[in-house]
Order: sequence, then C-alpha cells, then structure tokens
Amino acid sequence: MTVKAVERPKRTLATQIYLIEVWKGLAITFRHLFVNLYRHLLRRPDASVTIQYPEDPAVLGRRARTRHRLLKRDDGAPRCTACLLCETICPAKCIRITAENAPDAMIEKRAKTFQIDLGMCVYCGYCVEACPVDAIHMDADDVDTSRYSRKDMIWDMAELMGDKPKRPSAPVADR
Amino acid sequence: MNFVDAIWTVVKVAAGVAFGMNIAGLLGWVERKQSAVMQDRIGANRADIFGFRILGLFHPLADAIKMLTKEDFVSSSVVQPLHTIAPVIAMGGGLFCLAALPYGGTIQFLGRAWSLQPLECSCGVPLVLAALAFGVHGVMMAGYASGSNYGMLGGLRGAAQMVASEVCLASSLAGLLFLYGTLDFQQAVAWQSAHAWGIVFQPLAFILFLTAGAAVTKRTPFDLPEGESEIVGFHVEYSGMKFGMFLITDFMESIVICGVTAALFLGGWLIPGLDLPSMGLLGGVLMLASFTVKVLALLFLLMQIRWTLPRFRFDQLLDLGWKNLLPLSLLNFLVTAWGIYLWR
Ligand code: SF4
Ligand code: SF4
Repeated sequence: MTVKAVERPKRTLATQIYLIEVWKGLAITFRHLFVNLYRHLLRRPDASVTIQYPEDPAVLGRRARTRHRLLKRDDGAPRCTACLLCETICPAKCIRITAENAPDAMIEKRAKTFQIDLGMCVYCGYCVEACPVDAIHMDADDVDTSRYSRKDMIWDMAELMGDKPKRPSAPVADR
Repeated sequence: MNFVDAIWTVVKVAAGVAFGMNIAGLLGWVERKQSAVMQDRIGANRADIFGFRILGLFHPLADAIKMLTKEDFVSSSVVQPLHTIAPVIAMGGGLFCLAALPYGGTIQFLGRAWSLQPLECSCGVPLVLAALAFGVHGVMMAGYASGSNYGMLGGLRGAAQMVASEVCLASSLAGLLFLYGTLDFQQAVAWQSAHAWGIVFQPLAFILFLTAGAAVTKRTPFDLPEGESEIVGFHVEYSGMKFGMFLITDFMESIVICGVTAALFLGGWLIPGLDLPSMGLLGGVLMLASFTVKVLALLFLLMQIRWTLPRFRFDQLLDLGWKNLLPLSLLNFLVTAWGIYLWR
C-alpha cells in the first residue's frame, strides 16, 4: 500500500490558545520575507521562484502537453495514415483531416490535409493516445500559440510537421 | 476661534485625509509586494512609465486609473439611492476617523501654539470608535441595496462580524482609558509621556485590540464579508470607483486602527528621551514622523498577519469575538480597575 496514515495533531492548550501558533506561522513568513529581501538586495537569483516569462524562456515539465507535432517516417513521408481516429476522439472537434491514396501500396492511405484548430483544442492529449501509428505527439515545447485572429490559430500539416514556419496571415505590429 | 485657527484646522483635516488616502494607495502596493516576497515571488512589476518600473510602484496609480475609468455598471435590481449612498457612508466613517487621529501634539512656533491634531475633542477616543462603527452601516446598506442574495448574505455576515468585534474593540480599551483617566488622545499621550507606553501596562489589551481591529476592518483572516475568492461578498453588485471606495475603506480603517493603537499603546507621537513639544518646528516634524513610523510598523505587522493566517470559519469568528475576546477584555478591565483601586 502506498497510503501513509498521518496522525492528526493533538489539540493541546498551547495550540488552543492560538497565539503561539500564530507566532510560529509569523516566524516562518517573516523569515521568508527578510531572507528574500536580503537576496533581492544582493540581486541573487534565488530570491524568488518567479519566471519572468516573455523575457525568460518558459520552463516546462518533461511531460508537459504542448503544441502538437506530426511525425515523419524515415524517408520523410508523414507517418499519419489518415485513419481519422484522432479526429473521431477529439472532444473539441478541432481536427480536420482529408485522406488520399498513398503511393506506397503497403501504406494505402495518407492524409492530404491535416488541420488542428489550436483555438479550440483543450490539450487533452486524446489524439496522441488514439493514434495507432504514433504519428502525432504533443511535445513541440511551444506554448506561444496565441495569435491575433482565429484563422491564425489553425495549423496545417506542413506547419505541424515543421516544414513551414507558422506566420501570421496579416502583418501585425511586432511585439 | 479666530481666522488663523479656522484655516489651520481646514489645512490639518485636509492633510489628515491626504495622509490616509496616500497610505491607502501605498498599502495596495505593500500588500502585493509584501505577500509576493514572503511567498518567494516577485509580485506585480509590469506597470511602467517610459520604461521605468520602480519596483511596481506605478501599480496603485494604474489601479486608480482603472477604477475611475471603468464602466460603473448598476444592475436593475438594486435599491436606489441606497446603492449609491452605501460606499459614501462606508468611506465617510473612515475619512472622519482619519481627521480625528492625533498626528502630533502642540508646538510653539511664530509666537503662538499650533496643535497638530486635526479635530481636537475631549472625547476623541469614543468619537473615533463611533465613526469606525459607522462603517457597518455602509456594509449592511450595500448588501441590502444590491438586490442580490449573495450581496445580502455578505452584508449580513459583515454586520454580525463587525458588531461582534466592535464590542470587543471598545471594551478592550476600557481598562486603558480607565488607567489614563481621559478620553482625549492628547491627554492619553501626555499620561504615557509621564509614565510609560500603554503597551507596558496593558499587553493583553494590545493583542485584543489588534485582533478585534483586524476583524473590524474586514481583512483576512477575518474577511468573511467579502470572501474575495470563494464566497461572494457584500460588494458583489458594485463596480468601478464605487467598488474602489469599499476597497479604500478597508485600507483606511486599517490605518485608523493602527493610528489608535499607536496613540494609546505605543505612545502616540512620543519619541523616548526627547522633549518634542519644546523643540518648536523641528519637534512638530519629529512628532509627525514618529507617529507615521509607528502606524506604518503596525500596518506592516497587520499585513503580515493577513498573509500568514488562513480565513476563519464564520462560527469560529463569532466564537472568537463573543466567547473569547469579549470576556477577556472585560476581565482585563476588571483586573485593571482593581489594580488601579489598590494602587491609588
Ligand atoms: S489534444 Fe485533445 S482537443 Fe486537442 S486536438 Fe488532441 S484530441 Fe483534440
Ligand atoms: S490517429 Fe494518427 S494516423 Fe490516424 S489520422 Fe490521427 S494522426 Fe493520422
């Protein structure tokens, strides 16, 4: 069993008076306050855990679900066989796939177009789970997906495979 | 009262109110930064003017601009004119208290005596407490006038809590005022100047008063009337500057509580070892500085408590007020009274 039973702390007169416990709590917060202020004065980086995001890069967990990525075969062709399992399971209904015949008879079918509307995606990761050929991953480590128009939130196949950089449709002021 | 006195009083009242308003604005910044630093964060630092950020000090300014320019949405369910009056009443009580605090004593300058307390009154302490208690009307009125059940419940919680703590607030001061033998701030300070700071004689009353004071000002751990994140509070139907007035009122009431504490427990404008009233203009400046420093230190302590303790449950809060603070402060009063009787 991984359950660890923790004994409930006993109520004593000292805890019932409450003032002593308040003082203990204040001691902790005061210590943090003054230690951090001292570190801020010395401009030490450990003064806070805040990541100043747009200036400093975001630190993502290893298993973070980020923007989708379509994978390729060894010969550079897309792995996706257009089985539509991801489109079917997607709870946000934000994947659009059209299929075509693949030149390789063993593969039979491949995606002609593949679009994900990141403006609707809920980042549930079901598409990754559903894919039988491991063609779609959510590990692009890209979280700057917001754009100025809904249209720009839709990523097409080349962009998802990394063959074409994502550019805004209309010129907008560089921020 | 001659002409100079009248002008001087107006100037002092304006200065007292400005003191409170500015510190209230500053508290918005302190609140963010202090909580951030003690939680290993940085805190709001993005508001800038021409690229200067100065530790996020422009955020209160940005807040004020936002509050003033925001749409003042009034739902059709509200009860007018109570809905509009409520924030004015809540804030009016706080403003009045600010004008009655003893920022300094009386100094000799240019051949006449200048008193540094804006509104002088022989019953200053009960006056401030009464004006502070007036704030509960604003809260109840806001809750009722919202025409919303959430606002109503928040107002009721606010009323129950503020009455419970207001009673303790006054009764915890009883022993101290008995000791000073006066209701006047200046005479209380004079007594402390002759003997010792009030906190030496009444440490229990100090704790009781600060606790009840935190409850009266509706700040965490006693912020049940508004319950910013979980339960909706009495100002749910307010937006724009009307909401801002409730916000500022909380800060101003904290300043008043700290001001009264400083005046009655921490020697007011006294600086140990210095005879300020005889030092002329310099003495006056030092009086103001001493009082301000004491108030700021108390505010710092209250702010730290606010960010350290979790919110009380409502029954715990009422228990604390009626079953613990009130008996303790009455006991404190009895013991003090007997002590004074035997001592004399
Ligand atoms: S992560 Fe979820 S919502 Fe997003 S595309 Fe995949 S299945 Fe759809
Ligand atoms: S589940 Fe995989 S193979 Fe099937 S359509 Fe989606 S990405 Fe292509």
